[in-house]
Amino acid sequence: MSIFVDETTKVVYQGLTGSQGRFHGLRNRAYGTQVVAGTNPKKAGTDVEGVPVFASVADARDATGATASCIFIPAPGVRDAVLEAAEAGIEFIVVITEGVPAHDEAFFFNDLGARFPSTQLLGPNCPGIISPGKCNIGITPGEIARAGGPVGIVSRSGTLTYQALHEMTQQGIGQTTCVGIGGDPVPGTSFIDCLSRFEDDAETRAVIMIGEIGGSAEEEAAEFIRTKMSKPVVAYIAGVTAPPGKKMGHAGAIISGSKGTAAAKIEALEAAGCRVARNPTEIGGLMAEVVAAL
Amino acid sequence: MDLFEYQGKQLFARYGIPVSPGNVAETVDDAVRAAEAAGYPVVVKAQVQVGGRGKAGGIKLAASEAEVREHASNILGMDIKGHVVRRVWVERASDIAEEYYASFTLDRAAKQYLGMLSAEGGVEIEAVAASNPDAIARLSIDPVDGLDESVCRAWVEAAALNPAATDGVVDVLGKLYDAYVDGDADLVEINPLILTPDGRVHALDAKVSLDENASYRHPEWDEYAATQELDDRERLAKEKGLNYIGLDGSVGIIGNGAGLVMSTLDVVNQVGGAAANFLDVGGGADAAVLSNAIEVINTDENVRAILVNIFGGITRCDEVATGIVAALGRVAVNAPIVIRLDGTNAEEGRAIIAPHESDRLISQPTMLDAARKAVELASR
Repeated sequence: MSIFVDETTKVVYQGLTGSQGRFHGLRNRAYGTQVVAGTNPKKAGTDVEGVPVFASVADARDATGATASCIFIPAPGVRDAVLEAAEAGIEFIVVITEGVPAHDEAFFFNDLGARFPSTQLLGPNCPGIISPGKCNIGITPGEIARAGGPVGIVSRSGTLTYQALHEMTQQGIGQTTCVGIGGDPVPGTSFIDCLSRFEDDAETRAVIMIGEIGGSAEEEAAEFIRTKMSKPVVAYIAGVTAPPGKKMGHAGAIISGSKGTAAAKIEALEAAGCRVARNPTEIGGLMAEVVAAL
Repeated sequence: MDLFEYQGKQLFARYGIPVSPGNVAETVDDAVRAAEAAGYPVVVKAQVQVGGRGKAGGIKLAASEAEVREHASNILGMDIKGHVVRRVWVERASDIAEEYYASFTLDRAAKQYLGMLSAEGGVEIEAVAASNPDAIARLSIDPVDGLDESVCRAWVEAAALNPAATDGVVDVLGKLYDAYVDGDADLVEINPLILTPDGRVHALDAKVSLDENASYRHPEWDEYAATQELDDRERLAKEKGLNYIGLDGSVGIIGNGAGLVMSTLDVVNQVGGAAANFLDVGGGADAAVLSNAIEVINTDENVRAILVNIFGGITRCDEVATGIVAALGRVAVNAPIVIRLDGTNAEEGRAIIAPHESDRLISQPTMLDAARKAVELASR
């Protein structure tokens, strides 16, 4: 099994005709993802290497039965693109675009929550989601993943997500689903959204969670792990040596006052029974021990 | 992007929030002119982005031209916790009956906006939150609904301010909320928000942090770029579109993706070294970007070794390798480079590096190995 997506997921790419959308949309198709449509109001009726382009997400959905959307639209258009997808009845919306204003994110997250409570938003500013062998939506290099489980991965950082996939695959351990939730201040999908689904997913038997400094999402996840999860979790937190008050790339990655430090997050995760790796390479070794003991 | 107090006050004024008449000055003569326009007595305030200005002698009352000259000449050029004062804000002094605190920011846990209002203003809000959390009235606001006036009034009443201030504070909060949302701020804070003896409410300070992701819809922000407190290297990096933060160590760091770069800093620390910087080349970095990154780090005299740590996703390792080789051909790189390539086109990248390998360019198979090697070279 996998979470959020599987081999039946049909994806429409908003921004398929742009350079990033085209490159990754076709790459996702080559991986085996059902890439059924693209949208561009000015290029309706054309196609991108056989993928039909429609004027709107609603048209694309009517014609193809798309269930998910992947957004590569530039940041100024993301708010409208997300709302358009939700209004067209898309159930799973992945926003790869980085640089979306925080107020736009706060608006569409809450608007979706009120009007389309069953729609799941992933991102913005995330690498996407991959269920190895079934579906890859976004920019994750599919070849570093390995199908079959039993490990689920959830991460706030793109490149560290790849690092974790790579470590698992090197160890010969497969993955059920790997979700990059992104490093922005208002992520559509939280650690807890993913952890609860991994807990309910029969094929997932252990979970890797990768966090970073800033905010309190890791502490909230630790509380969830402590009280609600039976499956073992190996965690890693980036930013142990980051100085307070400096935004380290991600809009969310900043230590404000005494809040959001790596030390506090590591302490909370260890108190919740997680094994916490001290560097990305250690994630592989720790998870290998966990999997061997399953 | 953090604004200076004077920029924050000018922003507030554009949203109709009452602030004292005043102006910014870079010279003593300009300070005198600003004082005369505002009317004596005035307050001369150092413009630095660090707390504790008052204690450091950066805020002075002046009742005459002679006093403005004295204080402005003392404050301009003053060093406050490592920040050199380049400008003073000169405004009409206010009579204060009471001092409040007001702010809007994002509550990331709730994914909604958080308004905070307190009758205990004029001090650090963190101190109030720690010693007397009940003294802060909090309001959670759904971004879709916005701040309704009746909700705002109930919130102000819950904060137990002087009733004489209620109407004025409700008005200021409505405008401050607009400045927060329409102004694309991450934070707007007034501390203190004062009530004068004659019953007026106005902002005596302004703390504003803007969301740089929204700069495309705020051409008026261009003026702030010139006053950003960046050192030469940070400015160079910004011009080249690189995400750079200077640190104190001797290992220069270049990586792709904020998480991986933070992690690289940590691993360097674990193996006994210290990073000289954070530098994220971002997704899809090509040869030119890598070459620029090397040039920026090369201007840092503290750097004894450079660690390039790339896990290719969108970024292609062959492009990275090409950029490194190009940089070596273009500038005299002062420190040896240790490089680790993994992910998209890693083998092609390593093949490009191989013929150039020397004691100045060393390839390593893992992040940990690369960090060890870089730290070893930096400590020689």
